Amino acid sequence: MGDVLKKVPVREQDPKVRAGNFDEVCLGYNKDEAVEEAQRCIGCKNAKCMEGCPVQIHIPDFIKEVKEGNFEGAYQVISKSSALPAICGRVCPQESQCEGRCIRGIKGEPVSIGKLERFVADWAREQGIKPEVSVEKNGKKVAVIGSGPAGLTCAGDLAKLGYDVTIFEALHKAGGVLVYGIPEFRLPKDGVVLPEVENVKALGVKIETDVIIGKSVTIDELMEEEGFDAVFIGSGAGLPKFMGIPGETACGVFSANEYLTRNNLMKAFDPRYDTPIAVGRKVAVVGGGNVAMDAARTALRLGAEVHIVYRRSEEELPARVEEVHHAKEEGIIFDLLTNPTEILVGEDGWVNGIRCIRMELGEPDASGRRRPVEIPGSEFDIEVDTVIMSLGTSPNPLISSTTKGLETNRRKCIVASEDVGATSKEGVFAGGDAVTGAATVILAMGAGKDAARGIHEYLSR
Amino acid sequence: MFKILKAEQLSANVYMKVVHAPRVAKSCEPGQFIIVKVDETAERIPLTICDYDREAGTITIVFQPIGVSTHKMVDLKEGDFFEDFVGPLGKPSELVTDDFEEVKKKKVVFIAGGVGTAPVYPQAKWLHDHGIECDIIVGARTKDLLILEDEMSRVGNLHLCTDDGSYGFHGVGTAMLEKLVSEGHQYDLCVAIGPMIMMKFACLTTKKLGIPTIVSMNPIMVDGTGMCGACRVLVGDEVKFACVDGPEFDGHLIDFDQAMKRAAMYKTEEGRRLLAYQEGDTHHGGCGNCGGDK
Repeated sequence: MGDVLKKVPVREQDPKVRAGNFDEVCLGYNKDEAVEEAQRCIGCKNAKCMEGCPVQIHIPDFIKEVKEGNFEGAYQVISKSSALPAICGRVCPQESQCEGRCIRGIKGEPVSIGKLERFVADWAREQGIKPEVSVEKNGKKVAVIGSGPAGLTCAGDLAKLGYDVTIFEALHKAGGVLVYGIPEFRLPKDGVVLPEVENVKALGVKIETDVIIGKSVTIDELMEEEGFDAVFIGSGAGLPKFMGIPGETACGVFSANEYLTRNNLMKAFDPRYDTPIAVGRKVAVVGGGNVAMDAARTALRLGAEVHIVYRRSEEELPARVEEVHHAKEEGIIFDLLTNPTEILVGEDGWVNGIRCIRMELGEPDASGRRRPVEIPGSEFDIEVDTVIMSLGTSPNPLISSTTKGLETNRRKCIVASEDVGATSKEGVFAGGDAVTGAATVILAMGAGKDAARGIHEYLSR
Repeated sequence: MFKILKAEQLSANVYMKVVHAPRVAKSCEPGQFIIVKVDETAERIPLTICDYDREAGTITIVFQPIGVSTHKMVDLKEGDFFEDFVGPLGKPSELVTDDFEEVKKKKVVFIAGGVGTAPVYPQAKWLHDHGIECDIIVGARTKDLLILEDEMSRVGNLHLCTDDGSYGFHGVGTAMLEKLVSEGHQYDLCVAIGPMIMMKFACLTTKKLGIPTIVSMNPIMVDGTGMCGACRVLVGDEVKFACVDGPEFDGHLIDFDQAMKRAAMYKTEEGRRLLAYQEGDTHHGGCGNCGGDK
């Protein structure tokens, strides 16, 4: 037994080795490690961790089962609240949610709830155990738009309540950001995402890929012609932002969305796949969020020297601490308090550098973070052949602009009620990034869950 | 899965497939495009719709094999399936969405080059079906590369031309346009669709002649729904996404030189993957033909 104030350490691939492959970085707990870590949970009656969980998993209950070696029992406890535990165990920001509230965290490290959840979900998948469900169909049809975390959760919950649910996905593979956005080395596609999507299908949910709502068919047509009684919009925030600086349309400038989609969804890193990717020699990733870390670590694995260019300091990096730590271990170079002003383009039309200006931190802005201010005359050039813009994303207007009576705000986000995601259009609910703008997987799942409840109430009237 | 109901070779390097895709056929309009993906490992290939039949639920696509994925498409026969086929994408042509009374008054000339003949067809056909007469110039390098001659002659006044003079007018499409104008034809709108270099020169000519011109851009793209931004084109001072803001734009505002450079971005890597595909098991990257493999 180790130090009870510390988490049982989790095994990871050696940074030098993993910088050259796309295999998962974190190897997770084995049985013994999981049971040992579970012992650290003191099983609070008034469990603070649950309050921090957007889908309210009964955390002390599942950990108690792990403690006793009853992993199947633990899985069934989690499955009652979450349809995607193997995914959440990997990509949730536990430090600001469940683990952030853990009593153990006051004097030492919190219980490693995320890693335990991951262990239980992985164990269940390896054993071929599925969530227990008994479903009686109620004959009502619900359409779910988008097969990302919000859509999958909403669809799963509604199917358990007896609804006939069809998910419409614009891309050729289900999973949304879990498939196109988050890289293989953080979230294996065939190993983890696909089986969880299959679990949702096992509840009776149909998934129709290659359907673009607003283009192939509209929400109004789904409700009026195809007989859907209610609709959930979980279409995410897919539109990339650019800086609007000179040179952004040069060859070798990509949105993080494009770079990651080529590599994750289209598997450009694998020579058996046809889709190409520009493997830069020296890459600048502009931005400091989780997506920027994902793009940077992808470029690194493809063989490039990678710089993160971020206008504030390390403290303000919006990415999870764990991601920044992993990125540094792997050899990503952080150029902080640095902001691009122009992309330099050679005669061949390709990027050959990025002109930046040094920044210093001024007074806090609306977000509470200290506002970066340019230091006059501090311009300098970084020689690069590839620039990846990772400045955030916004919702795609394709659905809102083609649906009668669906209200959006000035950020093009769909307006929806906070409790159940009801929109301005009757029978239409929305949640996840399409409503909030880019956020996290688990918040989208929470919104999908709330909307499922809202749709059930609406259709039970 | 999307079934191929008909597969034909239209010329030495151009192929046609009629695909069963009822959702697309029901909602598409001239000017829009689809994305097709042959199989698990293939690229997503954007292609402008050549024809559609709402009742039969079919879409006709016409393409020229360039990379691995399009070569795989050639190999598929009638009765085979595309794994994915999604659309319609992009905005319909303005001829279709603008006020009909205004469109009716317009004298339209189309200039089609090579495989770009395919996306011109549904627009000319739409005008024809709505009782509007138009002129169509179809150009190709040589006679054997001309496509859709019969179809085009049914929907407009067809003027064929070849660069080598092997058929029709001896010269490029823009020369044909200048000839028609010099003979007294007047046009209110030109729609030019074809290889980027042809559209560039068509636009230079129509600018000189004072004819407003629409072109259809077919840049590199991945998702086709506005998500990746790979299809950025400079239109005047503005950066537009061809997939959602286009694919049709005012040709006189397009920065073609940059668009051509962007279109060539993946040339070497694509060629390398194509050689690997064609050489099959005998491809080891050792002979250096492909510039070495990864």
